[in-house]
Amino acid sequence: MKSYVIIGNGVAAAGCIEGIRNTDKVSKITVISAEEHPVYSRPLISYYLEGKTTLENMNYRSESFYKDNKCDVIYGRKAVSINDKSKSITLDDETTVAYDSLCMATGSSPFVPPFDGLDRVENKFCFMTIDDTLSLEKALTKDSRVLIVGAGLIGLKCAEGILGRVAKITVCDLANRVLSSILDEECALVMQKHLEKHNIEFVLGDTAVRFDKNTAEMKSGRNIDFDILVLAVGVRANTELFKNLGGDTNRGILINDSMETSVPYIYAAGDCTEGNDISLGDKRVLAILPNAYMQGYCAGQNMAGEKAEFGNAIPMNSIGFFGLHAMTAGSYFDESSGGELFEEKTDNGIKRLYTKDGLLTGYILIGDVARAGIYTSLIREKTPLESINIDKLYKNPSFAMFFSEIRRKKLGGVI
Amino acid sequence: MKRVYAEEKWCIGCHLCEYNCAFANSGESDMAKALKNKPVFPRITVEEDNKITYALSCRHCDDPICVKSCISGALSVQNGVIRIDKDKCIGCLTCILVCPYGAVSQGKNGVVQKCELCLENSCGEPACVKGCPNRALVYEERGDDK
Repeated sequence: MKSYVIIGNGVAAAGCIEGIRNTDKVSKITVISAEEHPVYSRPLISYYLEGKTTLENMNYRSESFYKDNKCDVIYGRKAVSINDKSKSITLDDETTVAYDSLCMATGSSPFVPPFDGLDRVENKFCFMTIDDTLSLEKALTKDSRVLIVGAGLIGLKCAEGILGRVAKITVCDLANRVLSSILDEECALVMQKHLEKHNIEFVLGDTAVRFDKNTAEMKSGRNIDFDILVLAVGVRANTELFKNLGGDTNRGILINDSMETSVPYIYAAGDCTEGNDISLGDKRVLAILPNAYMQGYCAGQNMAGEKAEFGNAIPMNSIGFFGLHAMTAGSYFDESSGGELFEEKTDNGIKRLYTKDGLLTGYILIGDVARAGIYTSLIREKTPLESINIDKLYKNPSFAMFFSEIRRKKLGGVI
Repeated sequence: MKRVYAEEKWCIGCHLCEYNCAFANSGESDMAKALKNKPVFPRITVEEDNKITYALSCRHCDDPICVKSCISGALSVQNGVIRIDKDKCIGCLTCILVCPYGAVSQGKNGVVQKCELCLENSCGEPACVKGCPNRALVYEERGDDK
């Protein structure tokens, strides 16, 4: 009998539990959960505010999940230190939990820059957790003027979620475009225009320098009045706990393809990690839900003694606003770094396929996103472009791009 | 487990499987009422490669990346069949982003749809296979499951 411990109770933790139980059905699993909620899907918080889901449906797993998997969950407690010699964890109530193998699934936290005067803003919120969301919801009125600082995935999903419940939304960002982490300027402008049609106002290339109660003083000299402030500047991996014990970190806890960290018997998964991005050929923080689950699952398998690898992680996002969807995956290399771009524009969309060294390395699709997973798979599997029909690849994602023998093999058996 | 397989050499590209699929999952008892002059949402797609045609639907993978990637927990594996809980799905389309077969699509109301082998609808067995005029679709067991 082993003793497994998971610090964190998000999607990576759920994956880890299921990964462990793939082989070890009996040993004890202890989950240390800072939040007082069973595992839920954080990206659903905007859909909750929009009325598209309920608190109950936000639960990522069934009510009996922990019981079925024989897990003890310690709710409302934080791990404050780890001793890798005695293999124990100290919690914030000074109790200790011993482990044989440990998974760090500590996630990420909102990054809040030290704005002057922020402490004098009464109605300010981050947008990460259920508790953030419920507090924000309480403050919303139909007369609220909302200022969202940050035009990334979190800030814009927040805007979409609350649009029908407030009077005015302004989104500002230091970057000159929306969704700057996944879209280039031209693609970002398509999304921005679509959001503007829904009366979301943008102030880009500008940022708040100080706050005075209900006013943001911008770098440009402009003042923006608001009733509610949402801070969505970005997130940072929660690495402190692991760093404090001397483990290797960069922007996240460094992991290999087996989810092992630099410290024996300690694995890591999810938003707190920095692992291999095969489309980039380098390490990167890949803070997206699918990777959190797959990393967690892989960590769990290895904690239970399997020899598992999750060796084809890439960044990938599916995001939509008011019916217009954008999908992005992989890495975009420009000409100067040896990349090639295929582009096609239609009235209501853009398709960009990025290739390099005979491989598809990334894409951006706006509008028509049907069957995009066929492209994603080519990136993940590093399918040589010489083994497929390029014209058909460019035309649309379909199995017609594969030569018939390969296609028959792909479709003919059990996968 | 039994799955739906396409036989390229017998497929005549008639697209009947798409219509039978859409009808079987429409909840209507009359085909014309279900499909005529309406947008059709089949869960199987007939693809063409020059003169070759074949139908493609969910492979019900043993290790399904759509289920692992689903952000709402709406996709799950039940007795080997990949099922979608339409009440939980919020239409983020992450499953479309990851499915290597392009076998998940957006249905009516924005939430996603996929082949569930007609196990719960009025057909009770895959309607695409049942209605295929040239036996280019078969419903059978192949290879070993885990």
